[in-house]
Amino acid sequence: MSKVLVFLEQRNGIIKKASFEAARVAADIAGKTGSEVEAVCIGDEIESLEKAGNFSVPAVTHIKNKDFANYSSSAYASALAEHAQGASETVVVFANTSMAKEFAPLVAAKLDAGLAMDATAYQVDSTSFIVTRPVYAGKALIDVKITSPVKVLTLRPNVFNPGEPSGLKAAVTVKEVTKADLRSKVIETKKAEGKLDVAEADKIVSGGRGLKGPEHFTLIEELAEELGAAVGASRAVVDAGWRSHSEQVGQTGKTVSPNLYIAVAISGAIQHLAGMRSSKYIVAINKDKDAPIFQVADYGIVGDAFEIVPELIKEIKKIK
Amino acid sequence: MKIVVCVSHVPDTATRINVSGDGKNIDSTGVTYIVNPYDEFAIEEALKHKEKSGGETYVVSLGGDANKETIKKALAMGIDNGILLKDDSYRDSLSVAKALAAEIKSIGADLVFFGKQSVDYDSSAVGQLTAELLGMPLISVVVALSVEGSKVTAEREIEGGKEVIETTLPCVITTQKGLNEPRYASLKGIMAAKKKIIEEKPALAVANYVELLQMKRPPAKESGKIVGTDVSAVPELVRLLREEAKVI
Repeated sequence: MSKVLVFLEQRNGIIKKASFEAARVAADIAGKTGSEVEAVCIGDEIESLEKAGNFSVPAVTHIKNKDFANYSSSAYASALAEHAQGASETVVVFANTSMAKEFAPLVAAKLDAGLAMDATAYQVDSTSFIVTRPVYAGKALIDVKITSPVKVLTLRPNVFNPGEPSGLKAAVTVKEVTKADLRSKVIETKKAEGKLDVAEADKIVSGGRGLKGPEHFTLIEELAEELGAAVGASRAVVDAGWRSHSEQVGQTGKTVSPNLYIAVAISGAIQHLAGMRSSKYIVAINKDKDAPIFQVADYGIVGDAFEIVPELIKEIKKIK
Repeated sequence: MKIVVCVSHVPDTATRINVSGDGKNIDSTGVTYIVNPYDEFAIEEALKHKEKSGGETYVVSLGGDANKETIKKALAMGIDNGILLKDDSYRDSLSVAKALAAEIKSIGADLVFFGKQSVDYDSSAVGQLTAELLGMPLISVVVALSVEGSKVTAEREIEGGKEVIETTLPCVITTQKGLNEPRYASLKGIMAAKKKIIEEKPALAVANYVELLQMKRPPAKESGKIVGTDVSAVPELVRLLREEAKVI
C-alpha cells in the first residue's frame, strides 16, 4: 500500500499554521496517487491534533515521549523514519520551516529517499511525481521528477492555500515510544523579544540604505507595528551593522513570500529582489524613479521616505 | 583531530540568471563564480578550530575543474589539504552527499563543516544528508559554536529566535552568517597555496533519485503602477491596499 505522511510541527504543544498547508497538500497528493494519508506529530503533550481533519487528513499518529517535548534533530528523524518504514511507496511531506529544513533531509537519508526542498508547485499522478522549486533565490525555477519509491518533500510556507476548515475531526492514535535518540538536543530556546520573524510574517516592512542611518529605522518599526508586520532589512544596512542579519531579506538572507511587502528606501539590488519578488503585493517607496524595486512593485510612490512613511502611518491609523 | 570543510563553487549573488539553450542549466557566459558565501564561514570556523586545538584541515569540493578555484581560495585562507571529487554532471543532493560521505569517512573526520546552503540550488540539504550518511549528529544554521573536548554547544537560528543545542564529536555543523568574520587570504597564504597539490579523484558514482527536467525563468511580474510622486499619493495607496489588494 502506498502512503502519504505529513509531519505536523509543534512548538510548545501547538501545531504550526504552515503544517496545515502541508496537510492539505498531502491529502491532495494522496488523492491523486491513490494513497492513504496520515498525519504524524512528534511531541509530548500536544493540543488539538484532531484539527488535521479540517484539512482532509482523517488520521493522526502522535508519537509520544517525554523527551520529544523539545525538538531534537536526531530523535525526531529516528522516530519519523521508523514510523514511515513499512509501506512500499511513501511520500513524506513537511512545511519548509527551520525545523524541517534541518531534519527532513535526515529522514530522507535514513529512508534512502529522493528529496525536494522548498517546493512551490507540484504535479503528480500515479505514474509521475514532478515538483517545481525555486533556485538561485528565485531567479529561476526548476522542475524535478522524483523517481525513487520513497520521497521526501518540503513545501514553502505561505504558498499553498490550506483552504477553509471542514469541521471534520481526525482520529488521533497515540504511539508511546520508550527510546529517544538524543545525540543532539535543544537545551534552551532564546526568543527574540516580542518580535515577528520575517520568515513567518504575512506582512513585512523593510528598510534600506536610503534611510541614512540606523536611528531612522524607528520609522520602519513604527509602520510595521501599525500593520502588525515584521521588520526586514536590505543587505546593505545589515552589512553596515544597522540591523541584525536575522532581518536580512535576499539571496544571502531570507527568502520571503508574505501577502504584503513594503520596501522603504531600498533600491532593489538583484539579490534583494530575488528574496522577496514572490510576495503577493509589493509596495515600493523610493526617491529614485529608476530604482529597480519599481519593476517588481505593484504600487509605488516616488518620493522621500521621511515624508511618505509618517503620512502612511497616519493614514493607516485613521482606518483602524 | 581531522577537520573537513565541504565547499561549493557558485555564481556570484549579483549575477543575472539566464537559462541555457538546453533548458537545464544557467547560461554561464560572463558569469563570475565565487566560493559559496556561507562556505566562507565554514572555512573560517575550521581554521579557528585548528588554531585553538590543533589538527589537520581538509577542503573537499565536488564538481568540475572550475571548482579548483574555490579549493585554492580555501587553501590560501589556510586550509592544509585540497580534494576535488570530479564530476561535471548534474547530481541530486543525496548523490552529492553520498560521494562526500564516502570521502569524509576515508579521511576519518572528527568535525565537518558545511555552509548552511549553497546559493545556486538552495536546497539546504547536503550537510544534513551527509551527516546522516556518516552516522554523525548534526547542528545546522549555526551562529555560535563552542567545542570543549568532545562536547559541542551551538546556537542555531530559528524563526523568531535561537536554539542552543548540545551534542558530541564527531559531528557535522552547517554555518550561517554571523558565526564569524571570514579572514582574507594573506599574500603568504596565497603563495603557500600555490605549492599545495589538489588531490583529484572521481566522485563516487551513484544513481540520482531526482531528475532535473527543466530550468525556467520565474513568471514575469507585471510592472505595477506608480501611485504618485509625493506625499499626496498616500491616501490613494492606502485605499488600493485596502480595497484592491485587500491586504490591510
